[in-house]
Amino acid sequence: MKRIALAFALATAFSAQAVEYTQVQPDKSAINFVYKQMNVAVDGKFKRFSSQLSFDPAKPTAAKASFDVELASVDTGAQEGDDEVAGKPWFNTKAFPTAKFVSTGVKALGGNKYEVTGQLNIKGKTQDVVVPATFTAQGSNGIFEGSFTIRRADFSIGEGSWAKFDIVANDVLIKFRITAISK
Amino acid sequence: MTNHYTSTAKGLHWLMAILLFGLLALGFYMHDLPLSPEKLQLYSWHKWAGVSAFMLVLIRLGWRVTHIPPALPANMPKLMQLAAHAGHLALYGLMLAIPLSGWLMSSAKGFQTVWFGILPIPDLLDKNKELGNLLQTVHQGLNLIFVATLLGHIGAALKHHFIDKDDILTRILPRHSKEN
Ligand code: HEM
Repeated sequence: MKRIALAFALATAFSAQAVEYTQVQPDKSAINFVYKQMNVAVDGKFKRFSSQLSFDPAKPTAAKASFDVELASVDTGAQEGDDEVAGKPWFNTKAFPTAKFVSTGVKALGGNKYEVTGQLNIKGKTQDVVVPATFTAQGSNGIFEGSFTIRRADFSIGEGSWAKFDIVANDVLIKFRITAISK
Repeated sequence: MTNHYTSTAKGLHWLMAILLFGLLALGFYMHDLPLSPEKLQLYSWHKWAGVSAFMLVLIRLGWRVTHIPPALPANMPKLMQLAAHAGHLALYGLMLAIPLSGWLMSSAKGFQTVWFGILPIPDLLDKNKELGNLLQTVHQGLNLIFVATLLGHIGAALKHHFIDKDDILTRILPRHSKEN
């Protein structure tokens, strides 16, 4: 009986020691996007977002991630573009200030590759997304990187005169680099 | 006797005149439009036409350095001749500097120029908002100077034709058969 108790105590001690990355470092993290304007790639970024993360490389399937992106913090490279994209036909940030991603599962693909499935909610619409990501440990920092493509029309981003894809393409590549430290 | 420009020189002169007036009008017009798909379309067209104008002016300079243009009328005062040369120099300088500033502006603003949607023009500058805005002001300022210089250019050509009654205007115009 004593032995079992000891083994149990050791096991919990070990698991408590396992590295789990939980503290996202906003200044070392970025969410960017790339889209095509008349076939020319143009990039931009979101300046403010918050995230919750827990990732233990030993137990990737238990990992969880969620992101809240403040859509009004969009930086398209031009003030005129920022104002436009915050407006009703695009994000409508007054009614829908944040975009939200919540992970529903994580699969280890071998090496440092993972596949995160989750739900993305923008402008009141939710879509399932699959996000390939890599994880790299750098000292006490864990760096998560990846990209995935969404179709803006799935979220009614760019309505009315913008709904056609001849000037602004449907596909938008979302790129992220998230740095988290372990506790 | 022929005191005319070569037909290459005439062709380039009038082709560029049409293109540059179009670019000026389009530039000032599109600048004030609210953001819309049409505006982005016009910006691209402006950039394509602007790059074309830049290439044409390079060809034109190639002609200019390999040919001696017809001389100015001998009875023209020396000061006026100097003013004419200075004006033409300014026009060449502006025809180079305006598209260059437009190209640099687009680079700095992070909107690459892809000529006719096919040929990517390299971005000479990294994305930099302040620099982009500065170059926009430069592009605009140079264009205002260009408009003033063009008014002088056209005014001078008309003065030569109607007041001085010399051949300055006709020698850049297509030949009429009875003139020869
Ligand atoms: C000789 C050639 C060109 C002429 C005469 C010309 C003329 C003009 C004029 C008159 C404007 C409006 C200025 C204002 O009110 O702000 C303008 C704006 C502009 N030009 Fe050009 N341009 C030329 C070449 C180019 C080139 C080569 C590019 C880029 C590759 C370019 C890019 C732009 C852009 C992006 C604007 C809009 C600036 C803004 O309002 O944001 N231009 N141009």
